[in-house]
Amino acid sequence: MAIILTVNGESRSLDVEPEKPLLWALREDLHLTGPKFGCGLGQCGACTVQLNGAAVRSCLLPVGALAGASVDTIEGLTRSGALKSLQDAWIAEQAQQCGYCIPGFIVAAHSLLRQTPQPTDAEIDAAITNICRCGGYLRAKAAIRRAANATGAAL
Amino acid sequence: MSETSKSSRSAPNMTRRLFLIGGSVVAGVAATGLIVGAGWLASHDTEGLSGKIDEDGTARLNAYVWIRPDGSITLGVPRTEMGQGVFTGLATLIAEELEIDLDDPRVSVVHPVEQLAVYTNFMLALDGVRPEDQTGPVMWAQRKLFASFPYIGTGASVSTMGAWVSYRVAGASAREMLKSAAARRWAAPIDELVADRGFVVHAGSGQRAAYGDLAVEAAAMPPTRRPDLKPASEFRRIGRDIPRVDLRAKTRGEAIFGIDAGPPDCLYGAVAMGPLLGAGVASFDGRAARAARGVVDIVQGPDFIGVIADSWWRASKAAELLEIVWTGGDSTFSSETHAAAMRQVVATGATGKVRETLGDAQAALTIGALVTADYSAPLQVHAFMEPRGGTALFHVDGTAEMWGSAQSPLALRWGAEGGAELAGIKIKGDVVCHVAMTGGGFGGRSEKREFVQAAVMAARVPGRAVKLIWTRQQDIQHGVYRSHAAARLEARLNDDGAPLAFRAHVAAQALQESFALRNLPQMAGGDLMDDEFGIEGLANLPYEIPNVEVRFTHMQTPVQIGFWRCNGHSFNVYFAETFIDEMARAAGRDPLEYRIAYAKDKRGRKVLERLKDLSGWGVPLPEGWARGVAFKPSFESFVGQVAEVSVAADGAIQVERVVAVVDCGVVVNPDIVRSQIEGSIVWGLTAGYQGGITYRDGVVEQSSFADYPVTMMKTAPRRIEVHIVESAERPGGVGEPGTPPIAPAVANAIFAATGKRLRELPIQLLA
Repeated sequence: MAIILTVNGESRSLDVEPEKPLLWALREDLHLTGPKFGCGLGQCGACTVQLNGAAVRSCLLPVGALAGASVDTIEGLTRSGALKSLQDAWIAEQAQQCGYCIPGFIVAAHSLLRQTPQPTDAEIDAAITNICRCGGYLRAKAAIRRAANATGAAL
Repeated sequence: MSETSKSSRSAPNMTRRLFLIGGSVVAGVAATGLIVGAGWLASHDTEGLSGKIDEDGTARLNAYVWIRPDGSITLGVPRTEMGQGVFTGLATLIAEELEIDLDDPRVSVVHPVEQLAVYTNFMLALDGVRPEDQTGPVMWAQRKLFASFPYIGTGASVSTMGAWVSYRVAGASAREMLKSAAARRWAAPIDELVADRGFVVHAGSGQRAAYGDLAVEAAAMPPTRRPDLKPASEFRRIGRDIPRVDLRAKTRGEAIFGIDAGPPDCLYGAVAMGPLLGAGVASFDGRAARAARGVVDIVQGPDFIGVIADSWWRASKAAELLEIVWTGGDSTFSSETHAAAMRQVVATGATGKVRETLGDAQAALTIGALVTADYSAPLQVHAFMEPRGGTALFHVDGTAEMWGSAQSPLALRWGAEGGAELAGIKIKGDVVCHVAMTGGGFGGRSEKREFVQAAVMAARVPGRAVKLIWTRQQDIQHGVYRSHAAARLEARLNDDGAPLAFRAHVAAQALQESFALRNLPQMAGGDLMDDEFGIEGLANLPYEIPNVEVRFTHMQTPVQIGFWRCNGHSFNVYFAETFIDEMARAAGRDPLEYRIAYAKDKRGRKVLERLKDLSGWGVPLPEGWARGVAFKPSFESFVGQVAEVSVAADGAIQVERVVAVVDCGVVVNPDIVRSQIEGSIVWGLTAGYQGGITYRDGVVEQSSFADYPVTMMKTAPRRIEVHIVESAERPGGVGEPGTPPIAPAVANAIFAATGKRLRELPIQLLA
């Protein structure tokens, strides 16, 4: 039975098993490959998307539970311009090495800044538990601070 | 020859095996006539400077610069972009001479699909000799030989070193061809023309033409083989913080990594691999798996079963339904027992082989060592964010195509060939290999195993691509590992505290043999006790010590050892640099002053002196804080680091600040250097202070980031400051040399704070 949900603002019908994780429905069925597979265990955050506006790890989230929900991926949030200040900050800080983790970091950071527009370093550390194996944490943190300063509460 | 150039020569030695294969080819050719052999060698173009026009009108000015009919300029960088910034850095070298800017929307950078001879990594192939120093008939023949494979690969921190001259020559030659075309068109003297940001300009007549406009005529011009290169004073791009060319796409989720590459209508593959080291498939019952939704086929490999389905998630679920009887495999190997055996060897044995001797350490130490310490380190895995995998396609016409995150197209090619052989099919022509953006490499993506698996599966479904993805658990449990190691270090000091004798015995598992057996065509092996990677970081210490003996014992296990960011340096420098600290303390001397006093090389001494100033060494710190220092030249760069740590009441340790001073010669992109050193520090902290890989009864005990923890935002140093020493020396490596000093610098700080010497890695103390 098809599951109807909103992805990046558009109604989409997914004819997949209800237990299929959202990550794989996005990547395989909707060809949205911005969210990345990193662990499949909810540990690394490479697959982070927003579910009804809150950051979630999509690799463990069965689509069957998402009927009627609204999902936003890096692609949709980029298109709508919601991530612009974060993306600009990432570029200003050159916060990248391999970059595989970046979509997850940026989507998680966007969610953090919506809840806490001016996070302290401790709040960033607590909220951003994504893994960057290249070790670019300090630049990612600087980018989040920069985006927070640039946008204030406007995000 | 400096200490560093010796140690860096160790990295590419596995390529000697390739040379052996090549050598036999040459010998065969030579047997039929030396002139024929020389002709065959000469046929491989190792300069790649000639132009040509493709059928679609693309003007290839040379192997690195292509201009399309729409005026867009593509720079080919045949090295894997795996985070180290090679697309930006190497393209900057071409752009500097070509006079284009990388942020020009007409300019893009790609890893070429063509495997041209000139793309060979000559520095990796030829024992670390810089390409511009590869002169004379023997080098000529060796260059031609590797070009005949061609030996394209990324690793050992040599990309910038290898490209430093040749990529600028390619940019300059292309620029001169464009100017020649304009000179002919305008009947103007070429020396009145100027190349400027994608245009050739003739100031006298006011004429101006875009490169795209001149490209087809330019491609027919003879290349300038020995162009004058700009002096450093005229650099407009080299030495500046040129933004990374791949970042914008990566912030938008648009970059195509290995996991995203290949035809979108692909099938997917998941595999089951035996839990035991080296287990093979005896038999399997695939009925339940085959009946699962979306499953297309099930394939038996020698040591895996592959499930092909219309979805990776379905394939991986179906793989769990396989009932497999495994055969063979080692059910006895345990890391704990092996660590004890390694410790025993270094404590008692004159086993193995003495690999470095200076003076007479034996005699100096017979009266007893003043300082003795035993160390150990576990296996480590790459755990790159993008798990292993790859995509294979056998076209119906018999040709093959591969996509993947790989440090060498050879891994993709050998994967396709290995898969075809197992499947009993023949590949028509050369395998087309697409090296994708790579989600972390760290030395671990030169392995062909996952590509073989993808190819075996794809062979079942000609005309359809199969995208294999390993699970995170498989990535951790079936990867290749940095060697486990143990060492005993002994030293004796003079009455004034100066080092008199240093003796080290390290036991580890040879890397180059393990890699070669898995990946390279077979031939006679060398002496495992000669492995370069086991001693790097302990041999050629950067200090004046008159009596030295370094001994290496290879200890065989069934574990697969692979390349891993800075290899032996990652444990040996921990051993050596915490030990030097112990020597300084035993001498009653300041550990940083001690290093400066006995530094062998003046570049190294300068790095240490700068480190002393920039770190505020000696300036009082808050209560509970302390500093530690470590230093190591590697990969032709010199890196010293001071770590400041704080110790909480419960003993938890936080790295508050790291100051790194780097002399990596001329810097192409300072911000990328800083970024690499920052990342190397976090990488080194993970290996030193987070976790490790252990086997119990032949099975890896860890399976995810839960039990193989890595440094996180919260556990990363609070501040990292990277200072680059101005230098006119040729570029050194930057991908790896930032890693070795950090773990010992932190350990030395922990000693300064707590009085505890921690000699067994990993040390799980970070908050």
